Amino acid sequence: MSAVPLTHIICMSSILFFIGAYGFLTRRNMIAMLISLELMLNSVNINFIAFNKYLFPDNIDGLGFTIFIIAIAAAEAAVAIAIIINLYRNTRSIDAEKANELKY
Amino acid sequence: MMNMSAIAFYCISAFILMTGLLAVTNSNLFRSAISLLFSLIGIAALYFWMEVEFAAAVQIIVYVGGIVVLIIFSIFLTRGRQSHALSPLLKIGIWCIGRTGRCSIHVLLIAENSWKAGDGSTFDPSVRKIGFLLVDNSPESYVLPFEVVSILLLAAMIGCIVIAIKSRPEEK
Repeated sequence: MSAVPLTHIICMSSILFFIGAYGFLTRRNMIAMLISLELMLNSVNINFIAFNKYLFPDNIDGLGFTIFIIAIAAAEAAVAIAIIINLYRNTRSIDAEKANELKY
Repeated sequence: MMNMSAIAFYCISAFILMTGLLAVTNSNLFRSAISLLFSLIGIAALYFWMEVEFAAAVQIIVYVGGIVVLIIFSIFLTRGRQSHALSPLLKIGIWCIGRTGRCSIHVLLIAENSWKAGDGSTFDPSVRKIGFLLVDNSPESYVLPFEVVSILLLAAMIGCIVIAIKSRPEEK
């Protein structure tokens, strides 16, 4: 356990975060953007638990925040997918570039 | 000095990063979702490696069992033309992300020695302690966020039903 320093875990989760950010900017499909968003949220969860375990092992507040983030991510994914399906019914497309009717 | 624990960590993180990269670069949306599934399973394995079994179980139940299945269902419900229109800000965005990522990793590697490690007490994420953390009448517990999250979940559920319900065409 102590063979791996904290920075390696943090570096891994930050690389995962930037992979998610890259996908969020390059994909235009809304479901692909949602997948990238899930990767970003998970890298944040890894950060919370790693900092909690390595730096503050006598309390578990980081783990509690991870559980809250997972609950909110589930609600967010459900609402996002409901919106995407409704958008698909109206415009027959889930492309983020084509969902611009509210823009003008 | 590499021991089995370190080797396990590097294998798990290589697996997570590889499947995560596949998830964001694969143009087939279904394969992308399956890669996301394996990436989330790898993150659950990382939680097991960190000996946080409750978080690993919640990760598998909520993400692997819930969100990925929801995403795959919505992929099948919205099977349409796949376009690859890229935004004009793409190059600037990728450049900024790459630069920010490299800078943040450098800062992390520099800051390695400035973090004060824990005071040697053991990390005990038992379910009993998590329960006292979430719902207890002591001022340190998170009762109010717990209730707010439960109301948020109820509101999200009702909102999803209202948004996605198929409106019946008007008769007569």
